[in-house]
Amino acid sequence: MTDLAMIHRSESAVSIELQTPDMTLNIGPQHPSTHGVLRLIAKVAGERVTDVEPVIGYMHRGYEKLSEVRTYAQITTLVNRIDWVAGFASEVPFIIGVEKLMGVEAPPRAQYIRMILTELARMASHLVFMSSYPLELGATTPLMYALREREYILELIEEVTGGRFHPNFNRVGGVKPVYGGGSMTKKWSLDLPEGFLQRARDAMDRMEQICDDIDTLVSDNELIKMRTVGIGVIPRDKALEYGLTGPNLRASGVAYDLRKVENLLPYDEIDFDIAVRQGGDCYDRYVLRIEEVRQSSRIVRQAVDQIPSGPLQTKVPRVLKAPRGQVYSRGENPKGEFGYHIVSEGARMPYRLKIRSTSFSNLSILPWILQDALIPDLVAIMGSLDFVLGDVDR
Amino acid sequence: MNFWLELIIKLVAILGFVLTGALVVIYAELKAGSHMQGRIGPYYAGVRWGWAQPLADGLKFLQKEDLSPTGADRTIYGLAPYVVMMSTIAVFVVIPFGPDMVGRDLDLGIYFILAISSLSVLGILMAGWSSANKYSLMGGLRAAAQLIAYELPLVLAAAAVVVQAGTMSMNGIVLAQSETWFTVAGIDVAMPFLLKGQIISFIIFMIAVVAELSRIPFDMPIAESELTMGYLTEYSGIRFTMFFLGEYASMIAFSAIAATLFLGGYAAPGVPDGLANLVGPGVMLLKIALLVFVIIWIRWTWPRLREDQLQRLAWFWLIPIALANIAVVAIFKVVF
Amino acid sequence: MSDKQIRFPFRGLWEGMWLTLKTMLKPAPVTMYPQVQEEPVPRARGVIALDVEACTVCMLCARECPDWCIYIEGHKEEQPPSKPGGRPRVRATLDRFDIDYSLCMYCGICVEVCPFDALFWTPEYEYSEPKITNLLHNMDKLTYWLGTVPDQPPLEKS
Repeated sequence: MTDLAMIHRSESAVSIELQTPDMTLNIGPQHPSTHGVLRLIAKVAGERVTDVEPVIGYMHRGYEKLSEVRTYAQITTLVNRIDWVAGFASEVPFIIGVEKLMGVEAPPRAQYIRMILTELARMASHLVFMSSYPLELGATTPLMYALREREYILELIEEVTGGRFHPNFNRVGGVKPVYGGGSMTKKWSLDLPEGFLQRARDAMDRMEQICDDIDTLVSDNELIKMRTVGIGVIPRDKALEYGLTGPNLRASGVAYDLRKVENLLPYDEIDFDIAVRQGGDCYDRYVLRIEEVRQSSRIVRQAVDQIPSGPLQTKVPRVLKAPRGQVYSRGENPKGEFGYHIVSEGARMPYRLKIRSTSFSNLSILPWILQDALIPDLVAIMGSLDFVLGDVDR
Repeated sequence: MNFWLELIIKLVAILGFVLTGALVVIYAELKAGSHMQGRIGPYYAGVRWGWAQPLADGLKFLQKEDLSPTGADRTIYGLAPYVVMMSTIAVFVVIPFGPDMVGRDLDLGIYFILAISSLSVLGILMAGWSSANKYSLMGGLRAAAQLIAYELPLVLAAAAVVVQAGTMSMNGIVLAQSETWFTVAGIDVAMPFLLKGQIISFIIFMIAVVAELSRIPFDMPIAESELTMGYLTEYSGIRFTMFFLGEYASMIAFSAIAATLFLGGYAAPGVPDGLANLVGPGVMLLKIALLVFVIIWIRWTWPRLREDQLQRLAWFWLIPIALANIAVVAIFKVVF
Repeated sequence: MSDKQIRFPFRGLWEGMWLTLKTMLKPAPVTMYPQVQEEPVPRARGVIALDVEACTVCMLCARECPDWCIYIEGHKEEQPPSKPGGRPRVRATLDRFDIDYSLCMYCGICVEVCPFDALFWTPEYEYSEPKITNLLHNMDKLTYWLGTVPDQPPLEKS
């Protein structure tokens, strides 16, 4: 063996010796940017994540099993707790699924109220995203601005339904028509309160204003662009492969929106565009949601202008029993496709309820997309997927 | 005057100034930050405007248990906050608040400051290493990398001023700025270095200061959403208070340095020499307050950068520009 | 928006700072809560009030409650006949009507199913307790809240 080769070998031996094993970093379940109780077991080499394994289930509340021993009216109170930042939006597909099973249809006014409230819930959810995402990138102020405006949205929802987060306003065959079941409270209609339509229009003005403000403060900010443009790119085929839906899919250039595809609510009578962006990176996912708030405000403006009059609920039997059969009904939640597979054996309760929750499916791309990300990018990517842990674990 | 008496008076004055100054800046940050967010911030502590909130916070921290993790290196863990605090307080020794109101007017004032302020990285690294926490370790390493990278632009920006002033003494730099620049209609006009062609140095210096302070947009070492406060993760009680006060005290210290180097220090136009000792501190505090407000303002508006982007900014942009700036300043100094 | 053509360098940074400065100089939109009470909307589901006189101890609410947080006990009571010579009436009387507000999820099903107008929503919200067991509120407390039931708001003309 020549000296040169020996030197070469000894050097390589040294470099092998110096190769340090990856550090296992436990991110969560108690971590500021995991949106609750998500846990990531990350292998990190310095700042670079080499491997990541999401651990979910810390917030499992067993809603699918609970639903098997709850009547349909009681399940409504459960399903709006799945994705609590947009409670109303997750009620609607379930109720419409039950209506399909029972063969009833809500009157037009109820459908319009459902549509207005769904869009308000969508705005509330996106405002939470617009507030929390800059926070993950270190900007604290957009949080307060967006949450301040969300308060106006929640006030509108509360004014109609009585609840800010958990409206529980949908009933099979329409929306909650009257206050109670007694001879006096039966006459107290729960139609839209006076001045609601005007207040909704005012709130939409505020929404467009806060979108501009957030654009000024966040979207146009060069530092935000440095942090998000080109980070966490999900190509179109990968997005479809992993079953992403909602804004995460649309940011990858797929113009797929269940509001246009499914006919749950009278969206076909409303003129609005599907917001689509081509890049598929964090910045696109972020800006697309601002655009969706603008579109939602367009929808609400048109809906309050053309809301028809009429009853709030069709005639339904006093004891709700869905006939034997099964149905899958899905709607466009703020976070994507939200579906319920209801199997009925003809009782007051479903035999089985499968909840296809959005965040769970959107989360499945995490191990792929977090490969070789830096830790700051990990936080940025995770935030841009916009999941709620209650929606992941159900 | 008796040497020991003088020493004690100066010690008490500097300590008092640092601690009250830090509390005032904490209050300013709470109040200005919350108003920028459309909130009102502290309100009840004290009788009006929540002025006693920093004091109440401090008292609360003192009551908390002083935890240290099982795996921690106790000695180093306990020592780290004091190293950070010490390096901050030592800076105030040479900062002049008036012609005679200075702890000790060293000939090498600015050199002393730059040397002693970089000691704080030692304390931070100690804290990060000894906490026996992975997040703390990463935060400490980030802080070390960041502070080393930003020492250079800081020194180079200050060097440009030193070249123009021709002295390293802080008092000398102030005096150089109060020299008559030109005379208009019999009135002598003096200009701070900021307006004497040091604007590039000033910007570089302020960027480096924000990075040294680990504040947004350069707060990666403590990045709450990534590293859950980095090297501060395991600290509680009085040790956390030390870090906390140290952060705000060094904010004042660096603002004071920037005010001295670029904004003319205690010198104000139209103040006769006899009154400089009286008016000087007020002028100096005003300039410090201005710079502190800008730092606070930035913190409540901008997001955070990434560690590699921060390094790129320092090595690719700030240091070359600062070097070129020194060359230009030196040429002007020689030619004119 | 990000699609503007000509941009000064770092314009976004300065514009953001200008926005926060403007916000700082405007008065903060804050309700000083303990001094200024927030006015909840009439339909707000704050707490459930009970009209003891109307209750017939039919147990419908307790049965329909999704998390069974209503506890009812009652007994039958002989009442004097309404007109002399008639048969004595039997009336169900409440002994216990407790709602455990630590379990209640404020869905309002009990109010909806009550056939005798005995349960009402009221927007009262100041009943937090330091201990979770103290959230079990009894008949007296629920009756007290009956006085705070607001009038129904006028409706939008349709």
